[in-house]
Amino acid sequence: MSQNEQGLEGPPPEERPHPDGRRNSQGIRIDPEVEAEPDSRTAMISALVEHEPGVLARVAGLFSRRQFNIESLTVGPTTVEGNARLTLLVEETEPGIDQIKKQLAKLKPVISVGELEERAVRSELVLLKINGEEPGKVQAITEMYDGETLDAGPRTITVQLTGSNDEIEDAMDAYRQFGIIEVARTGPTALSRGDRPTTPGEKPAAEATAVGVKPDGGTEQSGEAESQAETTN
Amino acid sequence: MSDSAQTTADPEADTKTDADQQAATDSAPVTDGSSSIVRALENAGVEHAFGVQGGAIMPVYDALWDSDIEHVTMAHEQGASHAADAYGVVAGSPGIALATSGPGATNLVTGIADANMDSDAMVALTGQVPSDMVGSDAFQETDTTGVTMPITKHNWFANSADTIGDTVGQAFALAESGRPGPTLVDLPKDVSFEETDVEPGEPELPAGQDPPTTADPENVEAAARAIERAEKPLLLLGGGVIKAEATETTRAFARDHGIPVVTTMPGIGTFPEDDELCLSWAGMHGTGYANMAITHTDCLIGVGTRFDDRLTGGIDTFAPEAEVVHVDIDPAEISKNIHADYPCIGDAGTVLDQLTDEMDHDPDAREWREQCQTWKDEYPMDYPVDKNAPLRPEFIVEAFDEATADDTIVTSGVGQHQMWAAQYWEFSEPRTWVSSHGLGTMGYGLPATIGARFAADADQDVVCFDGDGSFLMTLQELSVAVRENLDITIAVLNNEYVGMVRQWQDAFFEGRHMASEYNWMPEFDKLAEAFGAQGWRVDNYDEVAPAIEEALDYDGPSVIDFHIDPEANVYPMVASGAPNGKFALAEDQL
Repeated sequence: MSQNEQGLEGPPPEERPHPDGRRNSQGIRIDPEVEAEPDSRTAMISALVEHEPGVLARVAGLFSRRQFNIESLTVGPTTVEGNARLTLLVEETEPGIDQIKKQLAKLKPVISVGELEERAVRSELVLLKINGEEPGKVQAITEMYDGETLDAGPRTITVQLTGSNDEIEDAMDAYRQFGIIEVARTGPTALSRGDRPTTPGEKPAAEATAVGVKPDGGTEQSGEAESQAETTN
Repeated sequence: MSDSAQTTADPEADTKTDADQQAATDSAPVTDGSSSIVRALENAGVEHAFGVQGGAIMPVYDALWDSDIEHVTMAHEQGASHAADAYGVVAGSPGIALATSGPGATNLVTGIADANMDSDAMVALTGQVPSDMVGSDAFQETDTTGVTMPITKHNWFANSADTIGDTVGQAFALAESGRPGPTLVDLPKDVSFEETDVEPGEPELPAGQDPPTTADPENVEAAARAIERAEKPLLLLGGGVIKAEATETTRAFARDHGIPVVTTMPGIGTFPEDDELCLSWAGMHGTGYANMAITHTDCLIGVGTRFDDRLTGGIDTFAPEAEVVHVDIDPAEISKNIHADYPCIGDAGTVLDQLTDEMDHDPDAREWREQCQTWKDEYPMDYPVDKNAPLRPEFIVEAFDEATADDTIVTSGVGQHQMWAAQYWEFSEPRTWVSSHGLGTMGYGLPATIGARFAADADQDVVCFDGDGSFLMTLQELSVAVRENLDITIAVLNNEYVGMVRQWQDAFFEGRHMASEYNWMPEFDKLAEAFGAQGWRVDNYDEVAPAIEEALDYDGPSVIDFHIDPEANVYPMVASGAPNGKFALAEDQL
């Protein structure tokens, strides 16, 4: 259909001025000659949640529908009855990590969300079922990595290791010569160092403070308020 | 009998004036889960509910028997969810949709998803099979909270009659707080039947869900400096402005500081479109001048908008020279699609007042305002009228606009007709444009018109523009409009195509009209009369004005089947992912 038939007048697209500026895929203004797309990084995120039915499905569904890249997720109770801590290892661009934190904070059962600092205490547990033909050598490696033998039979040895991701990978490399038959890993879980709360404003249960644990004296009352503060920083 | 009944029987208790006593005096006491649900709705001020009866929700319907809440029985649950959504848009408080378990609940899903995309406040209440049968694949069982988890702000599975009313109250409060959205409570039949005398209170937000109000002062200060030094400032007003009831504040902000305005489609009505500062709406089918302004601005102030892809076009070329001030109540919208240089998280009206307080002077934008006027002259919205040629749809929209008052509510389905209505109707008031924006739900029009009619003032006209394809998707709801004798006017812009698809096929698929041509459409005027509504058929320009006048005068549902130029297309158009500033004025420019 020609322009006349449609009836709209005005300079056609090629005759209009157009600014030279550009934005990258994150909507950030860039110098198109210089800046590349942002790299992704891993982030350890801790979320304090109300331990109600479906909370795990809500978190998992959020990650799935928004295509957030999740490496591992652990969940367990906290000192507060009815609360649980989710620890998530994610790999995303910086704006993606920001979105993950903000979208998590929007879920109603999520009380607060924090990102663990680099130096936070992190640990993972792994169970390994190893070919048992050379029990002495297996035992030597287990001792080297401060592991524990949980089961030893004529054909297999099952050991437990805890530690950082690197330590566990190293140990698994060492065991591989015998043949690793099965692996079960929990994925890393983490807490912040010192008396800094792991998620903003997080308080221990009253009975925990009664035996001498001092809660952080921060002023943030809820994770939502904190996540807004993060956003506005 | 319940304790509260015994209390009210005590003459001394009558002297007490607290709310619970009042409620217990005014209506029968709560006796079971169902009456607690209905009482919670009454406490929330609910006047209307839209729904369809069915097995698992029957106890709740039975409890509505004695309530003042007016229930509108829809033909299909999808209609109930769209009606509730549109009711909420017009009324400014959550609409209520009711359905039974299984198919009833799944039929609501489209409307819930629609409300979620457009941040419309709505509460869905669904029946569920009895608790002890949940998980057994019982008759009409669906995991409704599972299905609706990604499309609600939050949903609940009610497990106790004692708390069920307060849960419904929470669902209501959460739906309308902060960034609004749909909520859902799934109601197992045994819990609805379960005895309780616990009177629910007023709707209360769940703990920790209070929305932000004022923005961080440091960010406001930085944003104010950015606006002051801008040479080409532009306000981008989204639907959030209307939801925040910030229309007046926003208008004053633009006028006081001399800042031109574009809106998003859901933001239609935030600013009068005949105002010199207003450039109408930007985006895929927005005006040329709005898209020029948004391309060339050096300071874009987005208020209550989520920078949807239909607005931005290609992200790389969106407002490429602009510092972005983003005012929004949802922190997650900040820098989600477009990076915000100055994020201001809070209530729209409150933050704009903060900005005004912080600004020492207005931006020097005289030349920019003149430039915007030049673009208005350069790219006028226009269409050819040839009285011997087939009817132009734009002419019909303008004829309706002329024949009705400024406060007329315009609803639409989804497709070409929706764009023509949005382009050629001159809007001036908030809550007068009711459409399916984010989800793009064909079939939204008629049920939304019914919901809007119940929320509108008695003297307000309600006009629906629909397409032939869109109308056909939910036209069974005409039976409801006739039964309720609703004074609504439906203009079907009939081109015997799924027109927007046909337009794209012509532009991008070498004209192959796969599954977009209807070689036979029902005669909608006669179909309307079969339903008991009034019908007209219009083929010529001369018939347009008289048919509109008769239809508007008719006290009941009327349907005008306008047979329009089947080749008419919607322009301007920014192709998907293209730069806004390169909008095409005709197909050969795509």
